[in-house]
Amino acid sequence: MAITAKAFKYGDDINTDYIISGKYKFKSNDMAAMSVHAMEELDPHYFEKVSPEGGFLVAGTNFGMGSSREQAPLVLIGSNTKAVLAKSFARIFYRNAINTGLPVVECDTDLITDGDELSLDLEAGVLRNLTQGTEIPFPPLPPVMAQLLADGGLAAHFREHGGFAVK
Amino acid sequence: MVVPISGKTIAEKIFSAHSDSDAHAGDIVVADVDFVMGQDGTTPLAIRALESMGVESVFDPAKVAVVMDHSSPSPIEGVSALHTMMREFGKKTGAKVYDVGCGVCHQLIPEAGHVVPGDLMVGCDSHTCTYGAVNVFSTGVGSTDGAAAMASGKLWFKVPDTMKVTYTGELPPGVFSKDLILALAGRIGVDGATYMALEFHGPVIDALSVDARMTISNMAIEVGAKAGLMKADAKTLAWYEGRGDRTPNPVDPDDDAVYADELVLDASAIGPQVAKPHAVDNVSPIEEVAGTPIAQGYIGTCTNGRLEDLKVAADILRGRQVHPDVRLIIAPASKQILLDAMEAGYIRDLVEAGAVMVTPGCGPCVGTHNGVPSDGENVISTANRNFKGRMGNSNAFIYLGSPATVAASVIEGVITDPRKYFTGGEA
Repeated sequence: MAITAKAFKYGDDINTDYIISGKYKFKSNDMAAMSVHAMEELDPHYFEKVSPEGGFLVAGTNFGMGSSREQAPLVLIGSNTKAVLAKSFARIFYRNAINTGLPVVECDTDLITDGDELSLDLEAGVLRNLTQGTEIPFPPLPPVMAQLLADGGLAAHFREHGGFAVK
Repeated sequence: MVVPISGKTIAEKIFSAHSDSDAHAGDIVVADVDFVMGQDGTTPLAIRALESMGVESVFDPAKVAVVMDHSSPSPIEGVSALHTMMREFGKKTGAKVYDVGCGVCHQLIPEAGHVVPGDLMVGCDSHTCTYGAVNVFSTGVGSTDGAAAMASGKLWFKVPDTMKVTYTGELPPGVFSKDLILALAGRIGVDGATYMALEFHGPVIDALSVDARMTISNMAIEVGAKAGLMKADAKTLAWYEGRGDRTPNPVDPDDDAVYADELVLDASAIGPQVAKPHAVDNVSPIEEVAGTPIAQGYIGTCTNGRLEDLKVAADILRGRQVHPDVRLIIAPASKQILLDAMEAGYIRDLVEAGAVMVTPGCGPCVGTHNGVPSDGENVISTANRNFKGRMGNSNAFIYLGSPATVAASVIEGVITDPRKYFTGGEA
């Protein structure tokens, strides 16, 4: 199933303190309240811009570097971010995104401009830039991660299978 | 057990042994973990994930610990509720609970002997890579991964490629392991080793204490690495004496191990290094930043809150005073280190010099309590991260250096080269 939404583009090395500051993550477990602060250090209006209609967060290299905080993908989900598209990801963020059900796509984001309308079909492996009329190739997820994402994340996978049922 | 196979890195050997397979870089394995840890910023979400999995217990209560260190003792009621949740989790499952004041998770886990050389462990904190210094493949994961490991004793891993880093030469006086790892970050950048394990080798590593080695492995994540591994030598095994009853199983790389990349750095040519705001790879030799005014110094954290770090600071500050315009905050990495530093007289030296002692734990590193800087202030810290907003104020500027650099700087009120305290012997 394809998701269509607008691209919100940022730079390289976006760390987890920018995605959600440590000062918020220790205050509570309430993701809805925390989500309004998503990406606040870089863009104080991220939540207002993305949450009404949803959007793709587009970035450069090493997205999500830093802390292991799972609040990072959770507040992006909470702000209606449909997927993160980046040239590369920091590994803990990448795992956390898959585990919590936030799609992550490694692709050449130079082919996307802020505000472009994108269409992503993860199962078919197709990413289209509708504004520019182009198709952006991306490598498929390794089977383990594809299965976890398809199951709705790792917790759902465990609930369904009673443990690891991958490989 | 797997028959030893030549040509493997430490990471490949540990993953082979823990997945009962012939694991090579790039393979995806489901492996048995020897220990699982969470802290107060991540455990509450792990507990929630366990609930969502429908899991009521942990795979082995002796192999799970939760630590209140990041925001501890609680500064606000929201955190108090999270701490209560962790205590109840410990009562329900039998998992070990390290309550307020015990110290930073990354000091407590090896200090208590929960992990030993050859182990595979995961922690819900990115600096879990610290125990690579004692030959443990340890890596940071998120709360849901942590929950899966707590529930099943297993986790899936991609066996990483390894970058071999060799420090040659000899560490000059006034230069420390913190300077070695900052120099590496400056050289390869914050994504220089993403998805990879680092293996640290060479005479400089061999000559370092276990404390000092942990500083290096702790910051492996700051160049994107999954682990920062070292061999277990006689010093490592001596360090483990009296720490728990588990038997170390040291894992050396094969002589013909295949590395994705190899890097040699001459330690003799490295001076004190400082990471400037707001990135850990924004590193300069101290000469380039000396004279920068500072308002706060911080000595502590999982990077540099150990006994020998407090000793270096005490040796410089003994009989001297912190500059009147500067606050010096110190958090020992554990209660045991606090006691040892009291016994050795370091705490008296530091407090008499004007230092403020805070609870063993993360201190002001994560911006939750214990010394949030004001707008426009510069901080010199022994921590591992200087991201904008890290210490709780996005309008503050964080510089990172060794405990000696911080101690020398707080005396003069500006970033100061500590080597003047080391030429010709004792300060």
